[in-house]
Amino acid sequence: MSNTAHADAHGGHGTHGLAHVASVPSLLGTFGLLVLLTFVTVWVAKHPLGAIDIWVAMGIATVKATAVGLYFMHLRHDSGFNRLVFLGSFLFVFIFIGFAMMDRGQYDPTIQWQEALPKFQPAK
Amino acid sequence: MSSTTETAHAPSGHAHDAHHWHEDPEAHLAHHFDTPQQQFDSGKLGIWLFLVTEILFFSGLFCAYTIYRSYHPEVFVYASKFLDTNMGFINTLVLIFSSLTAAWAVRNAQLNQKKALVINIVLTVACACAFMCIKYVEYSHKAHWGLLPGDAYTFNAPGVESPVTQDHPDPTVGMSRPDNIHIFFGIYFFMTGLHGFHVLAGIIVWLWLLKRAMKGEFNAKYFGPIDYAALYWHIVDLIWIYLFPLLYLIH
Repeated sequence: MSNTAHADAHGGHGTHGLAHVASVPSLLGTFGLLVLLTFVTVWVAKHPLGAIDIWVAMGIATVKATAVGLYFMHLRHDSGFNRLVFLGSFLFVFIFIGFAMMDRGQYDPTIQWQEALPKFQPAK
Repeated sequence: MSSTTETAHAPSGHAHDAHHWHEDPEAHLAHHFDTPQQQFDSGKLGIWLFLVTEILFFSGLFCAYTIYRSYHPEVFVYASKFLDTNMGFINTLVLIFSSLTAAWAVRNAQLNQKKALVINIVLTVACACAFMCIKYVEYSHKAHWGLLPGDAYTFNAPGVESPVTQDHPDPTVGMSRPDNIHIFFGIYFFMTGLHGFHVLAGIIVWLWLLKRAMKGEFNAKYFGPIDYAALYWHIVDLIWIYLFPLLYLIH
């Protein structure tokens, strides 16, 4: 299934031929990047950017997630099929949340109307 | 592309391989597989499929989060001030470090570094336990303030109009408490709680692998379980990477 990709990654010095072996610099580099971006995300949160705030925070998180996926999870050297399977799940998450938000948008007038009514007090 | 055949002593995917893998105890080859490569690739596809179900499983909670926050952003802004950003930050670093040790453990197993493998698994478990301890301290603060979900919500946090914040000036001063902030805590407990259960499950899996690693069961021909557990562990880290800004860093 994925022999060729593995073998290529090693250039034939394979006492460890089953899969790609992550190099120490790639492991430490990924770790360093993740720590750095964690500091960045906290720093950004202390400096409000208004409406794009959430998108900046999610952007940084996505860069971190990509680094974890590519290097810690070896996706960079994994077979194309495994990559497709895993990344495909995010397509379905996007459809799921996207459609739910579209539905929420459709109900917006009803909700606005309901919230204008006197507040419901739950029994204590 | 043709270098597969050159890696003669590497476990190969070819069924006509001359090596009798089933007689090689180091390869731990199950009888229904022909080669270690076939066994490894099958397990790898299996764990990826499992991780897909995990992503979809968590996405239900992310969907709930998105919808509730889009309706009432002020609830999220106000209620998130009750979370301790410092503890969330430390926990993020703890999980990232444990991801490093987990990824390193895979390398150790692949390179027959048996002692380093044991050390890295121990470090991973230690970080997982540290994460749960910090989470326990956070949860007890919330319980003390009556911020638990459902019927357990009694809200008796100090400074109702100007909630306690540990690490930054309160931007919600002057903002009156919105209705239904328990919605935020319900989402917080379910998201971090489900994540916490995954950390606990990870601890159990790593302890089992630690036992096997100490017996010297893993080597260059057989390291699948370490690789699969590490992949699961990275997903747990990956979900936390999103939870931290979504729950702790809102304003």
